[in-house]
Amino acid sequence: MHNKTVAELSKGLATGEFSSVELTQHFLNRIAKQDPGLNSFITVCEDEALAEAKAADEKIAAGESSEWTGVPFAHKDIFCTQGIKTSCASKMLDNFIPPYDATVTSNFKQQGAVCLGKTNMDEFAMGSSNESSYYGRVVNPWGENLVPGGSSGGSAAAVAARLTPAATATDTGGSIRQPAALCGVTGLKPTYGRVSRYGMIAFASSLDQGGPIARTAEDAAMMLNVMASYDSKDSTCIEKDVPNYTATLNNSIEGLNIGLPKEFFSDQLDAQMQQQVMNAVEELRKLGANIKEISLPHTELSVPAYYVIAPAECSANLSRFDGVRYGYRCEDPKDLEDLYCRSRTEGFGDEVKRRIMVGAYALSAGYYDAYYRKAQQVRRLIKNDFTNAFNDVDLIVGPTSPTPAFGFNSKGDDPVKMYLEDIFTISTNLAGLPGMSIPAGMVNNLPIGLQLIGNYFDEARLLNVSHQFQQATDWHTKAPNGYE
Amino acid sequence: MSIKREDAENIARLAKLQISDDQIEKITGDLSNILDLVDQLQAVNTDNIEPMAHPTDAVQRLRSDQVTEANHREAYQKIAPATEEGLYLVPKVIE
Repeated sequence: MHNKTVAELSKGLATGEFSSVELTQHFLNRIAKQDPGLNSFITVCEDEALAEAKAADEKIAAGESSEWTGVPFAHKDIFCTQGIKTSCASKMLDNFIPPYDATVTSNFKQQGAVCLGKTNMDEFAMGSSNESSYYGRVVNPWGENLVPGGSSGGSAAAVAARLTPAATATDTGGSIRQPAALCGVTGLKPTYGRVSRYGMIAFASSLDQGGPIARTAEDAAMMLNVMASYDSKDSTCIEKDVPNYTATLNNSIEGLNIGLPKEFFSDQLDAQMQQQVMNAVEELRKLGANIKEISLPHTELSVPAYYVIAPAECSANLSRFDGVRYGYRCEDPKDLEDLYCRSRTEGFGDEVKRRIMVGAYALSAGYYDAYYRKAQQVRRLIKNDFTNAFNDVDLIVGPTSPTPAFGFNSKGDDPVKMYLEDIFTISTNLAGLPGMSIPAGMVNNLPIGLQLIGNYFDEARLLNVSHQFQQATDWHTKAPNGYE
Repeated sequence: MSIKREDAENIARLAKLQISDDQIEKITGDLSNILDLVDQLQAVNTDNIEPMAHPTDAVQRLRSDQVTEANHREAYQKIAPATEEGLYLVPKVIE
């Protein structure tokens, strides 16, 4: 049952091939057996999931079901789930039981979907390797010494290992697409404002966006149908109709104009990666797309702009963790200052503290113009590059990451080396555009991702092109050894 | 741009974080490296470029001034480290 897609599981439930309780128990058994080696879950919701599955079976029997009723999935541990620990992979929130649901959480509940548990991630979504989790690193199912990518590494690893058919995730600088690429699964970061961020723990508010990780584009479309909604509780959520993302999957892509940014095929890209990406582009050409070279001249500046904007916003957002209202509080504070300082010092991990400090510096008196304002100006230049490109092409395609999955500790002690991992994904967040990663080849027996970047609110096109690619290829069906 | 140990200490104070003596050198170095990376921005000509605050230039929505939230004080205080009679407790601030 675990090799079936969400679409197939949904049909199986509707026709009575299996019940939601059977299905949920199957995945819970698989998690119990396989996850100790992967550490992709922080919390497994066994009792709650079985209760949801039972309720779903009753709904199906009563003929009141939707396509998600009874289908298991998992939430990244950044989405608040009422009554279930939501840690953001931080000691700071190790004791946090949210008194409310995120909008994305309640959207899935309304459909009667079954939440198997909460997936591991980099602490507060800050990282590209899942090595910064308070609960320990996540192992990539493709190799026990390899990172799954980050920050949604738990979601990507769990989907790749068939421990869950799909999982929610979030992307601030590549955190859906890069782990999806490194684990050989499909991930979509929607347009900024498409998915409500209410109850999604904030990292960098002008960049954060929730989205799906699944094995196929069709399943990602089914996820987005639930995740995307207008929400008055999120003032950055865009008031715009949500299309039915599965309705256009089978459209032909004949005549589609695809741009390849020459800056994405520079020396930073591994030669074998380059070859695999070009093979994938050739598949798109065979499906009728026109391919042309384009330029996004400010690509190189996206990493420095991001590492001003994201830390600045993180230092502001994470100032809420003060040991007073919820979360970790230090023992025996001697005064209020001591309560703040020690709760934060003991509650946050190293990478989080590093980013808070960079942000505090960039926003401090005398430096604001030189850093934050300057970065926001460069951000507009990056966005303008995309606007110009979309005058000529319908879609932009390139690699998701510079290399396949890398080894634990391989970026050494230098945070800057890790930051460059996101060179191809960050510009999309800065511009607020939708981006997607789909499995598109293998290098050294490891999956690699093809990245598709669309114009604003063009998620349906990304899903359509990805689905057509997946009809013509079988990279997305490959399972890591031992997890078939 | 390299920063000095005193700068790092000052930033930590602003961010309400404590850095131990054996970590301060490493953190000063890390921050210097990150600032070197972001200093690439200084070479870019951004004359007359409007800073970009929102990807689609959307502005804050307004809503009518009506109470829509119920009182959740009890539920919210249940997860607090220390409360008493509906108040959050912190160490004494005023003698």
